Amino acid sequence: MLEASNLECVRGERRLFVGVSFQLAGGEMLYLQGRNGSGKTSLLRMLCGLTPAASGEIRWRGKPIARLGDDFRSELCYLGHHNAIKEELTPLENILSAARLAEEPLDEDAALDALELVGLRGREDLACRYLSQGQKRRAALARLVHEKRALWVLDEPYVALDKAATELVAGLVGAHLQRGGLAVLTTHQTVAIPAGAVRELSLSADAATQHRP
Amino acid sequence: MLPLIRAVIGRDLRLAMRRQADIVAAVFFFIIVVSLFPLGVGPEPDQLRKLAPGVLWVAALLATMLSLPRLFADDHRDGTLEQLALAPQPLGLIVLGKVIAHWLVAGLPLVLLAPILGIQFDLTDDALAVLTLSLLIGTPALSGIGAIGAALTLGVRGGGVLLSLLVLPLYIPVLIFGAGAVDATVTGLGAQAHLSLLGALALGGVFFAPWPTAAALRVALE
Repeated sequence: MLEASNLECVRGERRLFVGVSFQLAGGEMLYLQGRNGSGKTSLLRMLCGLTPAASGEIRWRGKPIARLGDDFRSELCYLGHHNAIKEELTPLENILSAARLAEEPLDEDAALDALELVGLRGREDLACRYLSQGQKRRAALARLVHEKRALWVLDEPYVALDKAATELVAGLVGAHLQRGGLAVLTTHQTVAIPAGAVRELSLSADAATQHRP
Repeated sequence: MLPLIRAVIGRDLRLAMRRQADIVAAVFFFIIVVSLFPLGVGPEPDQLRKLAPGVLWVAALLATMLSLPRLFADDHRDGTLEQLALAPQPLGLIVLGKVIAHWLVAGLPLVLLAPILGIQFDLTDDALAVLTLSLLIGTPALSGIGAIGAALTLGVRGGGVLLSLLVLPLYIPVLIFGAGAVDATVTGLGAQAHLSLLGALALGGVFFAPWPTAAALRVALE
């Protein structure tokens, strides 16, 4: 469903990677590896359509994502480096307003369920500025609990999380793959995803290679 | 379409209410600047009446400028802007919602204060009414045009200065027709022509500016 061919990334004067190609079908996860600065985040942003590729093409269901535009974005869930959490709002308000902006109806009970699952129940009325880094990340990840969009692009989802939360996220990704969804994620931690097929792609300066386990 | 705009406005208003210092700063700036002029210029009513429209309008432009840099900067810093850009709806509509919210927070208080501050300049009732009306019509244009500048300078170091250089020249037509409307009333010409032109600028500012703003935001996010 998601297909990338010969992607090239140039940041400023530096070429980060060239010739990156992969294919991902429903129920599969792409596990993106590479050292710091190898262009993992840039590749994820390319897959979302935030950054244009210097060359190469990304296709979703056989059509270039640039041409699909809104149709592609309505199937995409992106979680970046930043949490996209408003410090002034409470976790509950954050989830509800994010859902409203995505025009995905989410009632308060479902939002509270999500917060319960990520362990923020009891803090749903506390402004996010008073939460710790890990709790903020949990608040951001609470979005994934009721997320039904097909393609998840997660940039370092496990950062700042403790062991229990890491396993929880892995479980959410696994359930998503089991429903036939796709996921692309970067991480420096090795976490076993309970379900779905995992492909690995490692980025290096000259060429990217895809391993098929 | 409407629920989305309403959701954006609701979110931005709620954020503004949680961070009232920003609104208060811009409003106080407006009050102080306008109030200093009668003290500095002296108490001749004729002179004050002549100065009033220009002073109030320039103060309104500068007060709007104060709140512009944060229009997108906070959303950019915490990653919310990326999420908005990746929403399946056109980014222009989201920007339109943010422009309306900015006007409600930064423009509307100025409009409401203008008739009170205008009394210091010995303006007649007619002139006060037209001054308030001209601000009511003109300040949305300031928010709309300012949004383009705020998006273009997003993430630029020292963007505040650049923003003023970029946006203030674009505010000149609004200033001319806004202040001109009050002058025209005082001299007995009638303000209708000025107000109509101001209305055209406001419609252009509010409904066309979001699209170039959205394009500038996408470039800033690359």
